[in-house]
Amino acid sequence: MKEIEELLFPDDVHYAETHEWARDEEETVVVGIGDYAQDQLGDIVFVELPEIGDTFEKGDQFGTLESVKAVSEIYMPVAGKITAINEALSEEPELVNLEPYNRGWMIEIEPDDPDEIHTLMSGTEYMEMLKGAE
Amino acid sequence: MRDSQGTSGLILNEPLLWKKGSKGRSGFSMPRRDVVPSPVAEGITGDGPDFPDLSELDVVRHYTRLSQWNFGLDTGMYPLGSCTMKYNPKINEKQATLPGLTGAHPLLPAELSQGALKLMYRLERYLAEITGMDAVTLQPAAGAHGELTGMLIVHAYHKNAGSRRSKIIVPDTAHGTNPASAALCGFSSVPVQSDEKGIISPEVVAGVMDEDTAGIMITNPNTLGLFEENIREIARIVHAKGGLVYGDGANMNAVMGIMQMGKIGFDVMHLNLHKTFSTPHGGGGPGGGPVCVKDFLAPFLPVPRVVYGEGTYHLSENFSQSIGRLHAFHGNFGVMIKAFCYIMSMGGEGLKQASRLAVLNANYIKESLKESLHLPYDRACMHECVFSDKLQETQKVTTLDMAKRLIDYGFHPPTIYFPLVVHGAMMIEPTETESKEDIDRFIEALRAIVAEARENPELLKSAPCRPKVRRLDETAAARKPCLAG
Repeated sequence: MKEIEELLFPDDVHYAETHEWARDEEETVVVGIGDYAQDQLGDIVFVELPEIGDTFEKGDQFGTLESVKAVSEIYMPVAGKITAINEALSEEPELVNLEPYNRGWMIEIEPDDPDEIHTLMSGTEYMEMLKGAE
Repeated sequence: MRDSQGTSGLILNEPLLWKKGSKGRSGFSMPRRDVVPSPVAEGITGDGPDFPDLSELDVVRHYTRLSQWNFGLDTGMYPLGSCTMKYNPKINEKQATLPGLTGAHPLLPAELSQGALKLMYRLERYLAEITGMDAVTLQPAAGAHGELTGMLIVHAYHKNAGSRRSKIIVPDTAHGTNPASAALCGFSSVPVQSDEKGIISPEVVAGVMDEDTAGIMITNPNTLGLFEENIREIARIVHAKGGLVYGDGANMNAVMGIMQMGKIGFDVMHLNLHKTFSTPHGGGGPGGGPVCVKDFLAPFLPVPRVVYGEGTYHLSENFSQSIGRLHAFHGNFGVMIKAFCYIMSMGGEGLKQASRLAVLNANYIKESLKESLHLPYDRACMHECVFSDKLQETQKVTTLDMAKRLIDYGFHPPTIYFPLVVHGAMMIEPTETESKEDIDRFIEALRAIVAEARENPELLKSAPCRPKVRRLDETAAARKPCLAG
């Protein structure tokens, strides 16, 4: 596992306390898990995602991640409707480990409230939270 | 470190059976035909199944070689926490092969099966006495099947009382099968977190227990190997709202003859004969997961039940509120014989002593290793103890690496990454059947590994290096499974 300083927390996304990231793409929000989460989980071997059209509240579980160590839940960083899922993850779950912020994205949401994303943390705030938890 | 138990020896390769042998070779000779040939109905003719052509010796060598690749309790220590891998005394096997028992057919009428029925009846009574419960079914095939049986009984109880309840409380220190069994019965599970002492606090249960909650599933001792000290108070809270208390008896090995589950508030529970009662485990199974209940739940037990009256034993289906049948015939009868034999050969005092020694051994390991490995809950444990890899983090050595290295020292690795409440958990359960010399050797091995983690971490990351098969690529196996030969 990496040291916190070695992990990447880009500033173009917002972070949830449960370690998901959310990227504002104007009409939609794209969601995945951050570098810290993928590093802690280890090799991801299976990703279970919701159906397109499902709606969730903020904090609801929208899927599960299975790594060689354990199964973990993934939670909605903002409330909204699922408009797309990353189909590639069913064949290549390793994308979550390799490119957590890009090709490892998980779902695209049409948010109920476009401003809700701003209640999440910035990369710097998130890293401070992680350091506090160490 | 004394000489390691692990060494490398000559281990022979062995192909799949289909890659051995030669067309037409056979392990036996067909007897001369002594009847008139007769045509076979159309539709069942054609090529036979694809069986390999082998001699008896081909087959014997095949399985003997495979067995030499294996590691079992008869080979060495197998401290798999949460699984109670204790030694299975050979007398159990001997009794289970008595001709009268192996020849007993499940369709024989009761008057010709008195011995088998008596054994089942008495085993039920012994298990009731050990747990402090009133009635028992031996049908369930293993632990999770017992949980399902128990949850069906809980459901039937509430239905009979005219109430529909949709939730079951499951602590985070439960076995993963608990919420799964509850879900299979249509309940949704409500997770509750253990406190900083690693146990459940009554306040947390009181906070979620309501009239829509059918009950709680508690493992005691829990999967951290800790005793749930608040169990009576928790049971009182759940009962006050009309719920039932289910006990997962997977960890019963810590408390035989010491704690009676029935006396501290449990209404229904299962036992694992293949853990606590020393019948073979895993591939050596099948298992046995008897369910024990209080009197008021007895009407819901599966049928047929063994009943005794007028000097004879018989099977009765005459229980109108029963949840029905859970297993073909009467359950895994061979397992019952072995468990019965174990209880008879140990006796009450012997079972109590087994639990005492199981707890003593685990505490001895915990105290001996807590300077070397991080101990998240530093308090007296029951029959197992849980460490983590926190002290090895700076060396980037993980629990997995240390577990793999243990194989090189001749020990089966303990349970790892469970329970989930401990990050990088390593859960060690020595059981009562390991001698002090073997436990000391195990402790020395782990201490040596911790030293290696400091001095030569690469050694651990590439471990094991001594067995026939080196470290497997678990990730590739999960992502790209190859299920054919």
